[in-house]
Amino acid sequence: MQFSEHWLRSLVNPPLTSDALAHLLTMAGLEVEEMRPVAPPCSGVVVAQVLSVDKHPDADKLKLCRVDTGQGEPLQIVCGAPNVAAGMKAPCAMVGAELPGLRIKQAKVRGVESNGMLCSARELGLSEDHGGLLALAETAAVGQDIRMHLALDDTLFTLKLTPNRADCLSLQGIAREVAALSGAPLTLPPMAAVPAAQDNQRSILLDAPQACPRYCGRIVSGVNARAATPDWLKQRLERSGIRAISALVDVTNYVMLELGQPLHAFDNARLEGSIRVRYPHAGEQLKLLNEQVVTPSANTALIADEKHGARALALAGIMGGEDSGISDATSELFLESAFFAPAAIAGKARALGFSSDASYRYERGVDFDLQRKAIERATQLILDICGGSPGPVVEAVSQTDLPQRAPVRLRSARAARVLGAPLGVTQIEKLLLSLGFPLRREGDNFLVTPPPYRYDIEIEEDLIEEIARLHGYDNIPSPIPQGRLAMLPLPEERRTAMQLRHQLAERDFQEVVNFSFVEAAWEKDFYAHPAVITVTNPIASQMSVMRSGLIGGLIGTLTANLKRRTRRVRVFEIGRCFLRDAAAQPVAGFHQPLRLATLCAGPAVPEQWGVETRNVDFFDLKADVESLFPAQSLRFEKLAHPALHPGRAASIVLDGKDIGMIGELHPQWVQKYELASLGNLAPVVCEIELDALTRQLLPNYQEVSRYPPVKRDLALLVARDQPLQTLLDALREAAPAIVSDIQLFDVYYGKGVDQNQKSLAFHIVMQDTEKTLADSEADLAIQQLIDIAVKQFAATLRSK
Amino acid sequence: MHNIEQLIAQATAEFAGIDDADQLEQAKARYLGKNGSLTELLKGLGQLPAEEKRTVGAAINRAKDAVEAVLNVRRNAIKHTALEAQLAAQALDVTLPGRGQGCGGLHPAMRTLERIEQLFRSIGFEVADGPEIETDWHNFTALNTPENHPARSMHDTFYLENAPGVLLRTHTSPVQIRTMLTHVERHKHLDSLPEIRIICPGRVYRVDSDATHSPMFHQVEGLWVGESVSFADLKGVMADFLRRFFESDDLKVRFRPSFFPFTEPSAEIDVAFMSGTMEGRWLEIAGCGMVHPNVLRHGGIDPERYTGFAFGMGPDRLTMLRYGIDDLRLFYDGDLRFLSQFK
Repeated sequence: MQFSEHWLRSLVNPPLTSDALAHLLTMAGLEVEEMRPVAPPCSGVVVAQVLSVDKHPDADKLKLCRVDTGQGEPLQIVCGAPNVAAGMKAPCAMVGAELPGLRIKQAKVRGVESNGMLCSARELGLSEDHGGLLALAETAAVGQDIRMHLALDDTLFTLKLTPNRADCLSLQGIAREVAALSGAPLTLPPMAAVPAAQDNQRSILLDAPQACPRYCGRIVSGVNARAATPDWLKQRLERSGIRAISALVDVTNYVMLELGQPLHAFDNARLEGSIRVRYPHAGEQLKLLNEQVVTPSANTALIADEKHGARALALAGIMGGEDSGISDATSELFLESAFFAPAAIAGKARALGFSSDASYRYERGVDFDLQRKAIERATQLILDICGGSPGPVVEAVSQTDLPQRAPVRLRSARAARVLGAPLGVTQIEKLLLSLGFPLRREGDNFLVTPPPYRYDIEIEEDLIEEIARLHGYDNIPSPIPQGRLAMLPLPEERRTAMQLRHQLAERDFQEVVNFSFVEAAWEKDFYAHPAVITVTNPIASQMSVMRSGLIGGLIGTLTANLKRRTRRVRVFEIGRCFLRDAAAQPVAGFHQPLRLATLCAGPAVPEQWGVETRNVDFFDLKADVESLFPAQSLRFEKLAHPALHPGRAASIVLDGKDIGMIGELHPQWVQKYELASLGNLAPVVCEIELDALTRQLLPNYQEVSRYPPVKRDLALLVARDQPLQTLLDALREAAPAIVSDIQLFDVYYGKGVDQNQKSLAFHIVMQDTEKTLADSEADLAIQQLIDIAVKQFAATLRSK
Repeated sequence: MHNIEQLIAQATAEFAGIDDADQLEQAKARYLGKNGSLTELLKGLGQLPAEEKRTVGAAINRAKDAVEAVLNVRRNAIKHTALEAQLAAQALDVTLPGRGQGCGGLHPAMRTLERIEQLFRSIGFEVADGPEIETDWHNFTALNTPENHPARSMHDTFYLENAPGVLLRTHTSPVQIRTMLTHVERHKHLDSLPEIRIICPGRVYRVDSDATHSPMFHQVEGLWVGESVSFADLKGVMADFLRRFFESDDLKVRFRPSFFPFTEPSAEIDVAFMSGTMEGRWLEIAGCGMVHPNVLRHGGIDPERYTGFAFGMGPDRLTMLRYGIDDLRLFYDGDLRFLSQFK
């Protein structure tokens, strides 16, 4: 909402500077978003009249003017404007005048004395118009300072209004607020009834009374639609950001800005029969003033007449129709001032893809007592400007459908408790009175009836907010709060995602945050989910589906950083993934687990002296993953996953539960996503359920043996494709109790070993808590392990 | 006797000329070894008369001690020289960089979230969490924003295909509702509801994209419900938080009336720094207010008995202000040159 400070001050004029006024509004919840002067500073410019125009002796395009500035003898001024003419009034900058970026001096122009400058709008900084002199009204007083004449010492205020304050979408509303806040008296514009001068009228039928509980209509005949809009009115419109169009349209817009009541003017000659406010017939169409043809939905109210039986004229409260609009040729108009219910208008214009000043106001709530006052105000302005003869105001109203204003009870003690401010009953009463709402005091309580222009006062809290606003939020104390000092739980078997982040950062991973909506191709390539979750209104096509996993985003991060010539990327993300699942909770149909994913590509450690550069591989990342589960033992099982290399992928299993996956990116994606520049090793990724990661075990103390351990090494030749895990499982299963640990310390293929075999070497650690182990016991245990390996895995002992 | 003195002088001179530990030991043998000259002298004692034996014997023993002493001094000197040489040979260029893995870092917004969590935890706020695909009811209706409410147009909402009644949450406020409902259920056997003090950080979504708006961004919701929680408490907590967060005691904080469907009274919080590039400018930092009675009711809480305040703020914006970042888009495009600055 933009308006001129002058206009506001014509209604209420508190003794405050512009800045103080802006602060008052902002701190009352009407945020002043912008304040700017109507014109840049200038001085020494007056209204002048051109008395005569003669040719310049030495220049074709220049003219010699004699100009009356209202001071002494007329001045000789050289002027090049194409529209300069004898008799016209224009701004004249006198010698010594200061214009934006210019100081006027006495000068010779092509040898002729020039004692000042006639100005265009651009020269005064009023607009970009430099087509000629700024023509002033014939009635302008010669000699008057131009700043006075054009009211240039005015400030434009722009309010950022919250949706609950529709009452401040008019000058009247803002003025009412300023009066309540400052105590300055309020002078409302005249809204007295204009008596009918003739009997011409149309009957009005409310067929949709819920949508339109009140409709006032009036015919005004014999108007001059070509009459010029007076400057003061044009100026106020323009300073509110509304272009002046024609006198009749300007008046309707003016009254809307002034009082907050949207009006519509029909060309009465183009109407037939009664006016009906009704819902559309099936398939009924309407061409709007913006030339859009719409088929209104069944619950959109229309203004209609009876031409050809039934014809739609306008979308009620949204926009008029082309058929019935006024033009320069209009001589008789039908003026509409109606109240449409907010619920009937809400969302309708948006659904049609536009917004209008009328629908914006109606959907937020227009004063439902204002229609008659507004039509009288508009009538008077039309008569003043365009002449004409008014008929009677015809008002149709459905009292039961008008909004109700039930009194709201305010308990002073409750207000003080909610605000935490020591407000007394008298103080509260004083604040409430300043609002001017009907008010009844009952002991320490008040019964307040909200006025028809306020839609945001329904319950006690709404009144408490009014009190807080008027008292000033600044005046409410802000103590350090008091509360119970109960300690918060700190479950040791859980660690937070934050702790996990730090742990990953310490292992040289950088956290990223990627969008939850991703390219459809990522979902297809990396997860191959049949039931993708598609965003109905994505911001861009590459953000059109909800991710079911984090890998796509990390590949995106990798690609972007490779383009920036980063050669080593180690990133992680913790975020939600989204999967369709009928049984999911808490939002039915959507499983939304939090997960952690990491991606590593390029050198395993930063390139540095003394360390051979080697690209990161599966086992590097596996160690990172294992480090996140320091006290638990993970199992890794061969996995087929669309994102991963089939021979280099594993699911991660904890306590028999699949908690994630790890692997090398499938070579086909390396190619498709242009990652080949990484060399011959593809990026490795993992993705793990956060729930599993944030669980941790309480330490489980075991007695430390006082006897020395015995360590033996065992090297076994097994089939080359023998997975370690099954062998280890069997050895651990068969091992006697004294075997406390079996550790793999070497894997060897090649020279000295059959090409179908590999050598696996283990440290076998044996220990007894009761006594020192005898060699014979150790020998026996080793033999038991060898027997199992031989029997179950056809292993042979590798000779030294 | 003269001979003995001579031997000492000779040994001293000889040892001094030796730089090698082995050679020194060989030289030692020549004086003190089995056939060494001092040993030989001792062997010859027997032939001396008894009265001379004692004095000469004592002299020879003194000489042995003296030679041993000289020898030890020399031994230590040689050892010391060798050690010096070894140390010199082993010297490193200590200015070479250390070896090993590098160090990563948290996303700047997470740094901020962590600080927010810590500050609020210090006054008893726990961290709560909620789904990002949310029901329309939790995101709007329960927060006193029924269908077609003009406030819904303040949030441009993402919807999902074939999923009526759900949306991508436009704020973290629905976690308020979920928390209240769970809290009430958990404590329904009690006469009086324990206080709720939570913050809920998380991702939220709005159809918006430019240098200061991202279609996905972070928000932190806060909620304190109890029997005597007031607007003054809200002011106190938030002013305290902002001064601690920005580590600036002279930070100006103001509360100005605003509108949110789920709070009444509502306020917008502005801050102004007293120094730096933003000096003196009011910057919008958070929205807050007293929880609307309808919202408490939707959460199963009696608004007559309990009151509460809620706030919502953008950790992304707090991060930008704290570290002087001017483009929100940097947060979400994974540029390591940007992210790695926040270690």
